[in-house]
Amino acid sequence: MPKDNGIGASDKRREDLRFLTGSGNYTDDINLNGQAYVYFLRSDVAHGTINGIDTAEAAAMPGVVRIFTGADFEGVGGIPCGWQVTSKDGNVMQEPAHPVIAQGKVRHVGEIVAAVVADSLAQARDAAEAITLDIAELPAVVDMKAALQDGATKVHEDLNDNLCYDWGFVEENKDAVDKAIADAAHVTKLELVNNRLVANPMEPRVAVGDYARHNDESTLYTTSQNPHVIRLLMGAFVLGIPEHKLRVVAPDVGGGFGAKIFHYAEEAFCTFAAKQCNRPVKWTSSRSEAFISDAHGRDHVTTIELAMDADHKFTALRCLTHANMGAYLSTFAPSIPTWLHGTLLAGNYTTPLIYTNVKAVFTNTVPVDAYRGAGRPEATFQLERVIDKAARELGVDPVELRRKNFIREFPYATPVAVEYDTGDYDATMDKMLEIADRDGFEARRAESEKNGKLRGFGVNCFIEACGIAPSNLVGQLGARAGLYESATVRVNATGGLVVMTGSHSHGQGHETTFPQVVAEMIGIPAEQVEIVHGDTANTPMGMGTYGSRSIAVGGSAMVRATEKIINKTKKIAAHLLEASEGDIELKDGMFSVAGTDKSVAWGDVTLAAYVPHNYPLEDIEPGLEETAFYDPANFTYPSGAYSCEVEVDPETGTVTIERFVSADDFGNVINPMIVEGQVHGGIAQGIGQALLENCAYDENGQLLSASYMDYTMPRADNLPHMAHYTVDHSCQTPCTHNPLGVKGCGEAGAIGSPPTVINAIIDALQSGGHKVDHIDMPATPDRVWAAMNQA
Amino acid sequence: MSEISMNVNGKTVSGSVEGRTLLSSFLRETLGMTGTHVGCDTSQCGACTVHVDGTLVKSCTMLAVEADGAQVATIEGQANADGSLNVIQQAFQDHHGLQCGFCTPGMVMTAAALLKENPSPTEAEVREYLEGNICRCTGYHNIVKAIMAASGQQVQPVAAE
Repeated sequence: MPKDNGIGASDKRREDLRFLTGSGNYTDDINLNGQAYVYFLRSDVAHGTINGIDTAEAAAMPGVVRIFTGADFEGVGGIPCGWQVTSKDGNVMQEPAHPVIAQGKVRHVGEIVAAVVADSLAQARDAAEAITLDIAELPAVVDMKAALQDGATKVHEDLNDNLCYDWGFVEENKDAVDKAIADAAHVTKLELVNNRLVANPMEPRVAVGDYARHNDESTLYTTSQNPHVIRLLMGAFVLGIPEHKLRVVAPDVGGGFGAKIFHYAEEAFCTFAAKQCNRPVKWTSSRSEAFISDAHGRDHVTTIELAMDADHKFTALRCLTHANMGAYLSTFAPSIPTWLHGTLLAGNYTTPLIYTNVKAVFTNTVPVDAYRGAGRPEATFQLERVIDKAARELGVDPVELRRKNFIREFPYATPVAVEYDTGDYDATMDKMLEIADRDGFEARRAESEKNGKLRGFGVNCFIEACGIAPSNLVGQLGARAGLYESATVRVNATGGLVVMTGSHSHGQGHETTFPQVVAEMIGIPAEQVEIVHGDTANTPMGMGTYGSRSIAVGGSAMVRATEKIINKTKKIAAHLLEASEGDIELKDGMFSVAGTDKSVAWGDVTLAAYVPHNYPLEDIEPGLEETAFYDPANFTYPSGAYSCEVEVDPETGTVTIERFVSADDFGNVINPMIVEGQVHGGIAQGIGQALLENCAYDENGQLLSASYMDYTMPRADNLPHMAHYTVDHSCQTPCTHNPLGVKGCGEAGAIGSPPTVINAIIDALQSGGHKVDHIDMPATPDRVWAAMNQA
Repeated sequence: MSEISMNVNGKTVSGSVEGRTLLSSFLRETLGMTGTHVGCDTSQCGACTVHVDGTLVKSCTMLAVEADGAQVATIEGQANADGSLNVIQQAFQDHHGLQCGFCTPGMVMTAAALLKENPSPTEAEVREYLEGNICRCTGYHNIVKAIMAASGQQVQPVAAE
């Protein structure tokens, strides 16, 4: 039932007013007095030995303040990795040093070799051109399997080889899985690639370092999804600055999608250089720089086998994956192909035996880490593609094969270490099929064929695991961080509230949705609640926003803190009303005594807390400010069923998305308008992965897709039109273990859509008699055309 | 260095620029008008889109000296005189046509140019016209909807309305 305020209402976004009028405050909009600019000279070879860097001529050029090289960072820490994975033999992963500026060797195109600080960016860039680099190029390792062969060039000569870790999960199940596959009535096998992507938030990364000599305090303004994490990693591990002397501010941030989670060398450099130069130092990434310095995403090569019995029940799944780490370990890189991927392989199905082996590999490429979905899209793509192939091999309806294996009893403990609390996979499937009008598909296909086109219908189901937790579990899994969230709720004397959250909004609309929750709890207008985020100086220690965790974890912390406020205000109200605390009810911003007409308004109680003349001072303190840290008991498990219809032009191989339907179960929804916007965005990125985007290296480690001229971003005319595009979230099984019953919606679209599109393309091609059972993403016209004409 | 002056959002401004200074840099750095954003360096993303003498221009692709004497309109000048959102801006808010807000200034300026040329565009025409503007957040769906709504055409309301 539509609501006009509070939880469930489509409140318009208050942040829009500044973004629509050019009044936002993004990091690049920050300019400090006396600021200098840094230009990073980056390696143009993928692998090489640095024999010399001659900066003499450059240092004498106009405006140059100072030039830094690796030598200036010898006593400084390296960029740390936040997750340690243990191999199946019990050894911990190989973890190479990750210098801020290259030390002796360069290991990927884009690695920083020198940094020129000058009065203007143009002067810094001019001076960088005058630096003479003597780098002896070494053979580059780019292909993961080649990198693991005996005698392969090592990316890090001090490591044993290029294998970061060799992870088996669940190792105890391996023999049983092997046996089940050997004994199966039918086994479907598929080899596939999950294509390497670049996150590409539209705002390139920016860092502004500042240093105050008078109090020895450093400040970093940065484009981050999690400023507290950057403060901890950079302060404790790189620069040795205690947290009380380091402030990190992430103001308006223009999209993240994972790429702005990580601690990057440029942030440490600007903070370090500001102190060294005793003036603010600013770096603004160009898009070309972003392509060779932002962490990339995905890049898995997988062989997957699905075993079934004679009744088509799934009996076992085996997944062997090579995962590219790039040249260094980015902040959360090791966790993505392991704990965020292996634990998802049950999907929506009752498969009793699952084993995955993941070999993480160093190559001479940009580091690879989380990108929207992070491990979960990879797991879903493999699983849903192999199920679709199995349905074709068995000659059964792909919808019915999925339904035959659905999990229907909850809670459900999977064989891959997680327990789903709720879900209703038939409900989302039914809803999707209803909206998609599958019954009318054959008529639409006939119409397409009349026009010389092939038409295909693809389906996909998925589950997601959001809000990774609890901290004690993730600690056992190798996380070097807690995964709680925090909120401080400050009530002012006249009744307005400020919520200081450890979550960070970079497009998700927290400033609108978080107040909807607090306003509903108290019964006051949302306009009386303001959200503060993104500054370590005025928010409690938080873990930030990624993994669709904001409302499930950050929202829960806010609820807990607000509950503490309500409990205290009820005590004050009881005193004012001369009643028992247990009889006090709070509704619509009024405290009343049950069964009487005695009441006192919210604002009178909050005023009493700050002007405590008539106040139980002997029992409770004045003031109204409470903090809560919320550490969830479990992940949340959103799920969904997606479908799409594509048309393929057999003359050119061009694919168009004619219809798309998503039916998601996000549990309870705070702001439907914002939820739908998140799904639209995720689906666009998923369609981008499926049809357009590819991060390509040549054999020498040169990035071929290093600009928007070469890396195909989805544009408005690549996506389905409004008349045949529905995102539905009406199936709701609330999460059982967080106070709002919410599950998270940020990544669903990016997880659910790539296999949907590929399944539809295969359906279209097979309808034309082409025996094509797989196409790797992106399914560009040339790949589709080649597949059709080979088969 | 060259001395240039131009009219930006109805005000005459001037400054001293190098020959290589881009119009986007002049707006952002010399004038401090940071509403115009720079999202790429190959004239692809459109975040920097402004109007110069009534024509849609990517300000990262025009030298500031080329705009000497021109009439320039930027996102900062789009709201109504009383500070309220104009029809296009309001439609973007009403239809959730923005998330992180970084591409938004370019989207609004492009939408204004489209509706001036074509007051009642079809959906396909809107999508085609946005070929020079990249958004990574919204999937364009609600941007297209907002622009059609701003043109006075009926569109589906947002969720729960």
